[in-house]
Amino acid sequence: MPFGNTHNKLKMNYSSEQEYPDLSKHNNHMAKVLTPEMYASLRDKETPSGFTLDDVIQTGVDNPGHPFIMTVGCVAGDEETYEVFKELMDPVIEDRHGGYKPSDKHKTDLNSDNLQGGDDLDPNYVLSSRVRTGRSIRGFCLPPHCSRGERRAIENLSIESLDSLDGDLNGKYYALKNMTDEEQQQLIDDHFLFDKPVSPLLLASGMARDWPDGRGIWHNDNKTFLVWVNEEDHLRVISMQKGGNMREVFTRFCTGLTKIESLFKDRGHEFMWNEHLGYVLTCPSNLGTGLRAGVHVKLPNVSKHEKFGEILKKLRLQKRGTGGVDTAAVGGVFDISNADRLGFSEVELVQMVVDGVNLLVDMEKRLEAGDSIDDLMPEQK
Amino acid sequence: MASSFSRILSSKRNIGILSLVGGSATVGFLLHRDHVSAGSPVRRRYPASAEYPDLRKHNNCMASSLTPAIYAKLCDKATPNGFTLDQAIQTGVDNPGHPFIKTVGLVAGDEESYEVFADLLDPVIKERHNGYDPRNMRHPTDLDASKIQSGQFDERYVLSSRVRTGRSIRGLSLPPACTRAERREVERVVVDALAGLKGDLTGKYYSLTQMTEKEQQQLIDDHFLFDKPVSPLLTCAGMARDWPDARGIWHNNEKTFLIWINEEDHTRVISMEKGGNMKRVFERFCRGLKEVEHLIQEKGWEFMWNERLGYILTCPSNLGTGLRAGVHVKLPLLSKDARFSKILDNLRLQKRGTGGVDTAAVGGVFDISNLDRLGQSEVQLVQTVVDGVNYLIECEKRLERGQDIKVPPPLKQFK
Repeated sequence: MPFGNTHNKLKMNYSSEQEYPDLSKHNNHMAKVLTPEMYASLRDKETPSGFTLDDVIQTGVDNPGHPFIMTVGCVAGDEETYEVFKELMDPVIEDRHGGYKPSDKHKTDLNSDNLQGGDDLDPNYVLSSRVRTGRSIRGFCLPPHCSRGERRAIENLSIESLDSLDGDLNGKYYALKNMTDEEQQQLIDDHFLFDKPVSPLLLASGMARDWPDGRGIWHNDNKTFLVWVNEEDHLRVISMQKGGNMREVFTRFCTGLTKIESLFKDRGHEFMWNEHLGYVLTCPSNLGTGLRAGVHVKLPNVSKHEKFGEILKKLRLQKRGTGGVDTAAVGGVFDISNADRLGFSEVELVQMVVDGVNLLVDMEKRLEAGDSIDDLMPEQK
Repeated sequence: MASSFSRILSSKRNIGILSLVGGSATVGFLLHRDHVSAGSPVRRRYPASAEYPDLRKHNNCMASSLTPAIYAKLCDKATPNGFTLDQAIQTGVDNPGHPFIKTVGLVAGDEESYEVFADLLDPVIKERHNGYDPRNMRHPTDLDASKIQSGQFDERYVLSSRVRTGRSIRGLSLPPACTRAERREVERVVVDALAGLKGDLTGKYYSLTQMTEKEQQQLIDDHFLFDKPVSPLLTCAGMARDWPDARGIWHNNEKTFLIWINEEDHTRVISMEKGGNMKRVFERFCRGLKEVEHLIQEKGWEFMWNERLGYILTCPSNLGTGLRAGVHVKLPLLSKDARFSKILDNLRLQKRGTGGVDTAAVGGVFDISNLDRLGQSEVQLVQTVVDGVNYLIECEKRLERGQDIKVPPPLKQFK
């Protein structure tokens, strides 16, 4: 990142042992993988834009992690980071994404017709449905490394493209630094507003620099399609609505994303994507689809069942609290979403969520009636 | 791209090796102002106008001085170590400040920052240090504690006395820009030197990564322990990277002389004791500092210092002496008097709460210290505090007796 020792030329006068970080108390993917030999081999490299190994790992060095929660501990500063620092990134990716190999190919499928069902998740249990992903604009540095000029260019491009959306996607952009108090309050009430990150995981990577310059929120008039500009990634794209019609949410998601992509292409820009890693984003945990499809669902009984964790694991699902990652579930309402990002297509992941949530709701109904759920136990997906 | 990078590396390597082998005195000579120029080329795809930060809501010294023209002139420059303007100003861009409190808004990454970015730093220094002009003024250094007069306060009022400053090791980058190896080198050089202190200065080093829980608790009880900074002013400058690697605390057995290593500066040096014997506190301060300097010089190192700016530290607010001499003093009546602030102003003193900067005073006890850092010597500043605090105590006594007090005439800025 541009603050820190990125450009520090005296670095190479010291030996690799002298520079190697103390990772003895660390529990993150980077710390597991970065041996002194690997550090020695990569420390004098940099991407064409000047992102170095120390930049990649700084957040992981500064945040030792938690014995129970394994964070990634490294970020990309540009598309080339994943190539230049392959030696580090490949094992991190393999570890994080369930054994995904350097030779594996990732499938992209944004055709919502391929989804089966999904339009009738029981609204007595499923309160809301949401699908999110991220996109990066090829040729620009990512949030940990970008300059103000690049960030503003990304914002301008995004505004231009999003302004061309019409029909039910017609909407408006609210720049963080220009919004009125009234607009800000409305965005808070709609649960749309994002704030300057406070998590040290994010701050240590340098992505909050120059806040709130170049940051903003776009959403359609119907408030069902939302784009965050220059938060943790260039773009975060969100489709959501109350109730259990995940199919509609996903259809709008795919249509919107595809339209946005073609609008960017009209202006000579494409998204960062390749056959091996799919869509390229700042955090290695979001590679592939970058997709998290989830619902807020009432599961007061199932969630207390001793096999809840195991069931989720078999369904390849993940639970979070109603405030998102690292929050608590309130009133037995959980955020249930896909655990995977890479190695499965968008359609496959949403299908897992649809099928999995349907099963969980069935289980909840059984337990409400005082019946057993043993015959409903799923196989490992 | 790769070949030009390695070419740049090899020329800087020479300077780096010289600093390790030949001692930093050689480096100091080579990095004279004339030799410092553009340094390594800085990647830039956009013109300066597209990169210029939005400072409209900002209230700090950097924002007051950084015009688009100055930004355009300096944005492609870097110090020989590679520190850039954007790095220097990042903390000021990320922290707009407060309408009532004007922060500095930039940091140095190395000694050369003050030269390469002089077009910005000189006006910032001038604003922060009340008109001190680095272009044509000289900063006096004087660590002869014997010159202090009336340095014993009335201990019915003064609870404790303290003097602090900072020192940087020439040839090693400052906390915003240093690498892990450089930071560890600072630790090694300083701890090595401190091990040579004798007599009442004999002491011990406690590394943050290795201290036992018992040691940690003791340091907390003594009010010596420092923690990872939480202030965004500091974290945005990048100085908390790799915490707690190579950070630690050294103190003498008597607990009156204390050194912080690799916190906001390479070193922070503190002399303190209960009671009002400021002269003794300052005497120990000067003696300890001179001893440490002598010990590092034996090994070929020296402190960053020059005639224009005095001792070089990370934040421009701490240039010159980097010295804050203060007391905890009971002024319950005076502090309620409407003239209190004016009296402090005219005496060139500053009040803080008993927890230090940005805290509240508890029980009428205030932290009173010198306002100035640059343009006056250590002896002059400590004398200012001695004279000023004696005057404040006189005022408090008069108010106790029901007598009136007078606002003293303002002291002259630069002596």
